Amino acid sequence: MTATWAWLVLLFPLLGSLTIGLTFRVLPERTAGLVGIAAIVAAFVCGILALIGLQGEPSESRHVASSLWEYAAVGDFKIDLGIYVDPLSIFMVLVVTGVSSLIHIYSFSYMKSDQGYHRFFSYLNFFVFSMLVLVLAGNFIMLVVGWALVGFASYALISYWYRRNTATKAGMKAFVINVIGDIGLYIAAILIFKNLGTVEYGAVFERAHEAFTVNEWEIVAICLCLLVGAFAKSAQMPFHTWLADAMEGPTPVSSLIHAATMVTAGVYLIARCHPLFELAPTAADVAAFVGLATLLIAGTIAIAVTDLKRIIAYSTMSQIGYMFVGVGIGAYSAGMFHLMTHAFFKALLFMAAGSFISAMANMQDIDKMKGFRKAMPFTAAMFIIGALALSGFPGTSGWFSKDEIIDFAHFRGGMYDWMWVGMLIGAFMTAIYSFRIIFRILPGPACKEAEYLEEHGHVIHGEPTNPATGEAEDTEVGYPGEEHHIAEQAGGMKFAMSVLGVLALIGGLVQIPGVDEVITKFLEPTFEHSVFAHMHPTVAESWVGLGEGALISIAGIATAWLLYVKRPDLPARFRERFSVIYKLCVNKWYGDEIVDFLIVGPVKAFGRFCSGVFERGVIGGATAGVAGLTRSAGAAVRDLQTGLLRGYALLMLFGILAIVIYFLIRSI
Amino acid sequence: MEQVAFFFGALGALGGAIAVVAVKNPFYSVLALVIHLVFLAGIFLLLMAQFLAAALIVVYAGAVMVLYVFVAAYVGGIEEPKWDSSPELKVIGPILAVALFIAISIAILGSGLSALGTPGPDEVPSGFGTPEAVGHLMMEDFLIAFEAASLLLLIAAVGAIVLAGRRREDPNKLPKGGES
Amino acid sequence: MDIEWYLVLSALLFTIGLIGVLVRRNPVVILLCLELMLSAGALAMLAFSRMLGNQDGQVFVLIVLVVAACEVVVGLGLVVAMYRRRLPLDVDEMKELKG
Repeated sequence: MTATWAWLVLLFPLLGSLTIGLTFRVLPERTAGLVGIAAIVAAFVCGILALIGLQGEPSESRHVASSLWEYAAVGDFKIDLGIYVDPLSIFMVLVVTGVSSLIHIYSFSYMKSDQGYHRFFSYLNFFVFSMLVLVLAGNFIMLVVGWALVGFASYALISYWYRRNTATKAGMKAFVINVIGDIGLYIAAILIFKNLGTVEYGAVFERAHEAFTVNEWEIVAICLCLLVGAFAKSAQMPFHTWLADAMEGPTPVSSLIHAATMVTAGVYLIARCHPLFELAPTAADVAAFVGLATLLIAGTIAIAVTDLKRIIAYSTMSQIGYMFVGVGIGAYSAGMFHLMTHAFFKALLFMAAGSFISAMANMQDIDKMKGFRKAMPFTAAMFIIGALALSGFPGTSGWFSKDEIIDFAHFRGGMYDWMWVGMLIGAFMTAIYSFRIIFRILPGPACKEAEYLEEHGHVIHGEPTNPATGEAEDTEVGYPGEEHHIAEQAGGMKFAMSVLGVLALIGGLVQIPGVDEVITKFLEPTFEHSVFAHMHPTVAESWVGLGEGALISIAGIATAWLLYVKRPDLPARFRERFSVIYKLCVNKWYGDEIVDFLIVGPVKAFGRFCSGVFERGVIGGATAGVAGLTRSAGAAVRDLQTGLLRGYALLMLFGILAIVIYFLIRSI
Repeated sequence: MEQVAFFFGALGALGGAIAVVAVKNPFYSVLALVIHLVFLAGIFLLLMAQFLAAALIVVYAGAVMVLYVFVAAYVGGIEEPKWDSSPELKVIGPILAVALFIAISIAILGSGLSALGTPGPDEVPSGFGTPEAVGHLMMEDFLIAFEAASLLLLIAAVGAIVLAGRRREDPNKLPKGGES
Repeated sequence: MDIEWYLVLSALLFTIGLIGVLVRRNPVVILLCLELMLSAGALAMLAFSRMLGNQDGQVFVLIVLVVAACEVVVGLGLVVAMYRRRLPLDVDEMKELKG
């Protein structure tokens, strides 16, 4: 029964996507939106029913593999179109469908005047379907399929406003980087098959223990290839450059794909493949260190840049860095827990940001925003809740989840202590950049957009321009329509944000050390054979960690207050004093430039060589030669085609005669 | 007796064939082919193919030739124009055709098949060549070929109607008041 | 009568039909000459059938007759269509297939 519910989870979004995509001519716009919402909510309900079914099983057998049919068969090697349902995948299913439902509801209002309403919901449903294939996949081939589908859905949604040049470019960038990750994953799948002779999850994880010794080079290679996929999908160094550009997509897309769900696929992958990573501790350490580097670098960038959505995007990178550290050092349930809470508060932050951006008539620069406290009290409150959770303020969801990871690093000790220090610094920066946004856009005298909103009760009409280039926008497909919608006036947005606000605030209460620890207990069947299964800090140690986290977070918020409220001149002075560092940060540590120089440049040069020398000389010459040969041969035999029927008969006779004479001579 | 019959039939068949080719008017060509077929049917009888001889007369000399006669009458006795676009064909064609005849004759007469020199086995299955025997074969051993042939006939009939049927004129070009 | 005689007669008839196809230009006559060639082939087949004392060849000839009838029907249909379109009834005039 559990498997049936899980298949239904997959079915509904697919049906929704097809229905909306195919009936865009007849279905009224609002109906299309409602169909999209209904599909995802149905998937969520099925996910809950699958969960109930799964919890009914005894804990040892709490995993179900189910196959619809044979996907491919080569010799005696068979791949099933199969899914694998266990607490981990159900956890992901619930997070994905739950957050997606809310974001669909938000989009229902937010995209109201967009011309491509059907297209948007069709894509969005398709994305949810792809993501669910990814998390429910029962073998590595299905995982690859889901992985690639998600990459495509992300491309389609980033480039959703396809007349916006920067959006299509950002979409391509994201797609190319994601495909690099896909290739890493393919290679990993091939290596797994080569060494273990199967790609089914259950069999792979069982046989891995016999086939490999710890840190054997082959298992390390497999894990590193998996990590390439995980890094690319989750925007970790050095594949991080696409995520900030992905903010070209509509805000609900940023919220759903580039904060809550898709980018956490890498974390899920490591958690799913933890039996492999535990056989290759080196690779696990690589994951943790890359996560640490990303969280620090992204944190510094987030403090420097001024584009509202990009700040949140870098913060996303940074938080995913925490999750990578978590699953890298063996704190699987803590990593997954942070994934969940992050989905709540990051989706919330993006939604609130979308509301602010609407009020600013599509301007995203926080330098221009000011004094929205009175004009948009609801959005402001939601943003503050999100920021509190993000910076780990005591009692909020982020406090419990982030500090659990940080604490585990300290608990493992040794070199992981350095990670502990790094993550504490990261947490400090997190608090600074989250409250930097708040202190700059909420208090103070209102800017003209906020003032207009306060006086007239509706959003100022501005000529929308592209935030990246300043070009005028094409409102047909270039911007969410001519009207802008803010949470205060749109029911759907308000509802989605309220739910997420509550979850972001109290979602952490499910995992209080020593009290309930719901997530850990729920995920236990998946991780019970892990070497870290029974290693965890004592309750007292956990509370010490939480205390440290609370201190750091409050200190960060206080610093932000000092910098942006009390002494607003300080940041400018810092900027002058440490102009090198500032430039480094504001230019995103030159990540794009480094990638351009190291990879894009040589590839382009090679491409130019191919198109100029190779194509023109070798291929062009060869094709021209073949064409010329064919033409001259045709001209030679053309005269034989007289069109004279009797001439053909004569030639035929000639041929028959030749054959008869040949056989006569041979028979002598 | 058999020799006399054969030579009589062979002469008639050859004469008919030559007349088909040589006569200028296609209408007479058709009539010459009918004569040829009648004599050929006699030779078929000598080869113990009674059913086929009858079929040749009824289907060929009867039905098919009537079709020919109608078409020849319909298109009229068109004389071939004197001018020939490729006069060399008139020379090379017959030479090559005769060469083919010689080659085949050499093949037949010089063949190692001793049975060719005999009139065939004296004992043949009873009812050899009768409608009953051929019918049994066709309905039992060669049913698929039989069905395929029937299908081919159907297709040919449809094809002929499509080809020769009177084209319905384009409604826009109809004279005023005309109904299609 | 020896089988050889029948076969030579068949070859002779075939040759006459062939010459007709090559020399004549009226499509109706060419179709008639094709009939000649087909009946020559049928004769050879019957001769071999008699030689082997096997009636399978007769069935074969019957099928050949059917195919020939089909060919006639389509061929004559073409002739009628040509006539309707006021095309010259001369195979040499039809050389749209010239390369």
